[in-house]
Amino acid sequence: MTDRTPLIEVDNLWVRLNTSRGPADAVRGVSLSLARGETLGLVGESGCGKSVTALALMGLLPESAVVSGSVRLDGQELVGLAESDYCELRGNRVSMIFQEPMTALNPMHTVGRQVAEPLRRHKGLSTEQARNEAIALLDRVGLPDAAKRVDAYPHQFSGGQRQRITIAMALACEPHLLIADEPTTALDGTIQGQILDLIADLVAERGMSMILISHDLGVIAENVQRMMVMYGGTVVENGATDALFAGLGHPYSQGLFRARPRLGAPKGTRLQTIAGIVPELADLPSGCAFADRCDIAEERCRTTFPAPVTVDAGHTVRCLRTDVSMTNRIGAVPA
Amino acid sequence: MSGIEPAIAMPPSGAAPSQPRQASKGFWQRLLRHRSFMAGGVLTLSVISAALLSMVWTPWPAYEIDMARKLISPSASHWLGTDMLGRDIVSLLLVGARSSIVVGVIAVGIGICFGVPLGLVAAARRGWVEEVIMRLGDFTFAFPALLSAIMLAAVAGPGMVTSITAIGIFQIPIFMRITRGSANSIWAREFVLAARASGKGKFRITIEHVLPNILSILIVQATIQFALAILAEAALSYLGLGTQPPQPSWGRMLNDAQSLLFQSPSLAVYPGLAIAIAVLGLNLLGDGLRDLFDPRLSRER
Repeated sequence: MTDRTPLIEVDNLWVRLNTSRGPADAVRGVSLSLARGETLGLVGESGCGKSVTALALMGLLPESAVVSGSVRLDGQELVGLAESDYCELRGNRVSMIFQEPMTALNPMHTVGRQVAEPLRRHKGLSTEQARNEAIALLDRVGLPDAAKRVDAYPHQFSGGQRQRITIAMALACEPHLLIADEPTTALDGTIQGQILDLIADLVAERGMSMILISHDLGVIAENVQRMMVMYGGTVVENGATDALFAGLGHPYSQGLFRARPRLGAPKGTRLQTIAGIVPELADLPSGCAFADRCDIAEERCRTTFPAPVTVDAGHTVRCLRTDVSMTNRIGAVPA
Repeated sequence: MSGIEPAIAMPPSGAAPSQPRQASKGFWQRLLRHRSFMAGGVLTLSVISAALLSMVWTPWPAYEIDMARKLISPSASHWLGTDMLGRDIVSLLLVGARSSIVVGVIAVGIGICFGVPLGLVAAARRGWVEEVIMRLGDFTFAFPALLSAIMLAAVAGPGMVTSITAIGIFQIPIFMRITRGSANSIWAREFVLAARASGKGKFRITIEHVLPNILSILIVQATIQFALAILAEAALSYLGLGTQPPQPSWGRMLNDAQSLLFQSPSLAVYPGLAIAIAVLGLNLLGDGLRDLFDPRLSRER
């Protein structure tokens, strides 16, 4: 069904950011490959490098950031691409949806103008054509009364509606790759499902590839074909979503899974947490970044940076102790 | 429509409002309802119309000296009396408004034309470009304005052009700083990231996203700077560095009045009041404009 030549190929991506605490490697050797029509989830807690990875793909990192490795879109190398060439790409072939719909729209422009903008920019549509196309798009993303509301300002919409508008903006030029960075985190639960369903429908309808970033395992489980768990700037576990949820192999993924809230748990059950805190990116240990919080860490975990171990076909775990972790592998295929 | 609408926020509902908001109509309605804008507008307009009126008509010739009629009290023929050279005060005030406005408009214009683009470039480019531009601004700013006015007067001779130039140069770093500061905060906003993600370059983002969002700040600043420029012009004329006789200006009138302060204090009160009205009017106007230009402050949803 899906064309198997990769749309985007990331090879050993490193991103060094200049923080107030000195240089920090926010992304350390991330590789991924995504075919057309394929969906990939990036999951991990705050500061694990998932958003930085996304911004690196979009070429939107601050100018002081040092990016090495390779990012290829349809075979075209993007690392080191001139800003003007990147501008041609962004919003046209790759698009992004942001976390905060409240701030992702310019308060001074009407929503119609903001949705029409990429069409005029990239497709050379006239103002009138772009406006009509924007109305059609707003209608498609489920904005009620789109033809009338096209001239309204962002503050006249609710959070869910605004996220629909940003989705319309991102999809205006029919990009090949959509990066959704926590698109529903700022929305309430009932709207969350609607927005994710909308994104899933649009992705399927247009045959786009999608990278969905979330800290919510449930969101990832239901919306993507493949997933990568990130921790400390590296991918610690990678594989098909179903296979991963059948048995998470990395101690961190397992901890993340145990820490999720559940319905029907006996009263008084406390959520399990992962002990310790996320290490500062500026002083990551030389060994496994998770070693200090890991129950089964050994001495070598602190000194040796683990390589990915293939535990099943297409399922890799970056852990030195897969022999132990895989025996207490946990997980359940979500219904 | 009743004068005041209840300030009740509509509950956030998915339904479209019953009446689609017409941007232009709403703007003018809000404009007329805004008290401080209207008060400021009336005051500013009266100063401007005084200046315009002086170009075609004054009750008496403003330049005509008539020593026989000096220092007379307000009467039917001289509404506010005459000064120590027998010139009609009303006529002098009207013509003086012209000098003040000309100096204010041109000086603030110089400040905006140079300061705003420099500030925008500094915010968009960051790095060494920003450093160089801002340090140059600091240098200009650190140089005392009065001193540069005196130096300019020494080189070019005192006069209106000198005072305009001196005040204008001093406006540049003020606009530069406020532009760069507020532009930087816009650059950090997520919608700019979203705009970049949709493929816009720095120039387009500056024009389409940064500038409209800082426009209200700049307008308010411009009206305040306009008021300050009028004050500065008055100060320079008072010191004899600005408008030269016989050209009347409010500052010169104050200067002339100071030697007669005990004999006829009203000579100082009238130009002082004129300056106060102009400054107050512009400040109120700026305040009102800030509220009106910002769609977020609109009550209608």
